[in-house]
Amino acid sequence: MNKMNKTTKQNMVTYAIVIIAYIIVMLLGVTGHISSLMEGLLVPLCIYVILAVSLNLVVGILGELSLGHAGFMCVGAFAGSFFSMCTKEAMPSGLRFLLALLIGAAVAAVFGILIGIPVLRLRGDYLAIVTLAFGEIIKNLMNVLYIGRDETGFHFSMKDSMALGLSPEGKTIINGPQGITGTPHDASFTIGVVLILLTLFMILNLIHSRDGRAIMAIRDNRIAAESIGINVTKYKLMAFTLSASIAGVAGVLYAHNLSTLTALPKNFGYNMSIMILVFVVLGGIGNIRGSVISAVVLTLLPELLRGLSDYRMLIYAVVLIAMMLFNWSPKAVTFRERYSLKRLLSRKETPDNHAAQ
Amino acid sequence: MALLDVQNLCISFGGLRAVDDFEIHIEKGQLYGLIGPNGAGKTTVFNLLTGVYRPNEGIIRLDGTDITGKKTIEINKAGIARTFQNIRLFKGMSVLDNVKVGLHNHYRYSSLAGILRTPAYRRVEKEMDARAMELLEVFDLHGEASHLASNLPYGKQRKLEIARALATNPKLLLLDEPAAGMNPNETRELMDTIRLIRDRFDMTILLIEHDMKLVSGICEALTVLNFGRILAQGGTAAVLNDPQVITAYLGE
Repeated sequence: MNKMNKTTKQNMVTYAIVIIAYIIVMLLGVTGHISSLMEGLLVPLCIYVILAVSLNLVVGILGELSLGHAGFMCVGAFAGSFFSMCTKEAMPSGLRFLLALLIGAAVAAVFGILIGIPVLRLRGDYLAIVTLAFGEIIKNLMNVLYIGRDETGFHFSMKDSMALGLSPEGKTIINGPQGITGTPHDASFTIGVVLILLTLFMILNLIHSRDGRAIMAIRDNRIAAESIGINVTKYKLMAFTLSASIAGVAGVLYAHNLSTLTALPKNFGYNMSIMILVFVVLGGIGNIRGSVISAVVLTLLPELLRGLSDYRMLIYAVVLIAMMLFNWSPKAVTFRERYSLKRLLSRKETPDNHAAQ
Repeated sequence: MALLDVQNLCISFGGLRAVDDFEIHIEKGQLYGLIGPNGAGKTTVFNLLTGVYRPNEGIIRLDGTDITGKKTIEINKAGIARTFQNIRLFKGMSVLDNVKVGLHNHYRYSSLAGILRTPAYRRVEKEMDARAMELLEVFDLHGEASHLASNLPYGKQRKLEIARALATNPKLLLLDEPAAGMNPNETRELMDTIRLIRDRFDMTILLIEHDMKLVSGICEALTVLNFGRILAQGGTAAVLNDPQVITAYLGE
């Protein structure tokens, strides 16, 4: 019972950090302390946090290295954006965006299952390489996908927009490498933060449930987990699919923050997947709160260093290496334990407990 | 009828007959020992019984049901739980959670209930906590329930592994060298624990062990394996005095 309260308290601290950060940003915004450049960074920030947290479910909780996370984000982005384009006139923006988020999550989840079934038979380095390949395949598929609509219905091609055979009134929605143009700008920082909180709620609660324990048991010792009757395939697939579907949600948010959505190596390539992995590793594998913090810090850092112009990526790299080296060094860990929020809170609580007894 | 009934069990790896014509009959409530020199095929027998390997030939019956060739999960659900020679705990999880994973198939709520923390989730988790603590108390581990499993001393890790196996509510418990790496005091304590498990949980236990003091102290019957074949089988005293067995262990 006591332990239960402890984990609940830990989760509350994580939610509180996000909410407080949100309030601070909003206050700064109202008082005009946020540059337009920073303002443009707020939604991407939310996207990276969601991606990092969802990838941590696979890397930290399931213990498998996946390098194809950007692929699922890409699928979600295109599915959600496609839906919004189709229903642009038919629905109020709030409902449309909600449905787009659900559709992006569902389509990414389907891809998660389809890719997870063959891929999760592999382990370690092999799994990492194959997920990397699948991520690239998804991105490249999106580049040759043409979908248009006219009064007779949807037309689909993998060749070019002419092959769609649209009537003069018809409109190309997904136009191969040009992607989708004109996605409504439904995303906002507030929605992003709400989605972060929902993601955290789902993943933190999952970890402390029966399913989460099964997933972590597989991570810690697959053979022992099997020997006590844990269905390894089922739980691996569950974690992988949930992670993919949340990445899909991040993708929908991404698509609705830009007017043009294209599947470039820059947004959905393996560079992106690796960047998300960097957030996860730096924040601590399996540490959900760490992922949130490291995603925020590492996204803001290049912008804060903008004044240094050409040297900024060099410094970013050096800071990254330094943080990797020192963040998990024994001294840093003991320092954090000594001055951790939990410790400070419990120190305050101890006299109260005595008083109660 | 015997609880575990194994006949003509064979498995080969390449040209090597790792286990050949193995048979065993264990009655309900029996404390049974499987002994033999290193490399005799004892752990292979465990792996065959728990579905890690599929036998080339032979039949395994648990409580009358044929479980030959079934998967590890199904065999666990049918009622066999085991521990491992090299301890396999869930090291990143707490002692309590290790046992709760063992309870996985006996306490259920939906994934959605877990994420939304519904009353059903709270109720079942509470029941699981209570049951897990009960098991930990048997092994005197309840004081360390919130510790990480990897932080337990060696002897307690062995106990936790047994507690986790018992959490799956098996009919037959397989212990693979439970006393390995223990000092004489810990071994004596372990013997008491094994007897306690048998009496308290009405358990049937098959164990692999090299420690002859433990084997002669608690096992009622023995099977001796040598080079994958049965060398001797029967009551403990008779088997241990068998000249063939003595030769296999001590040499000519």
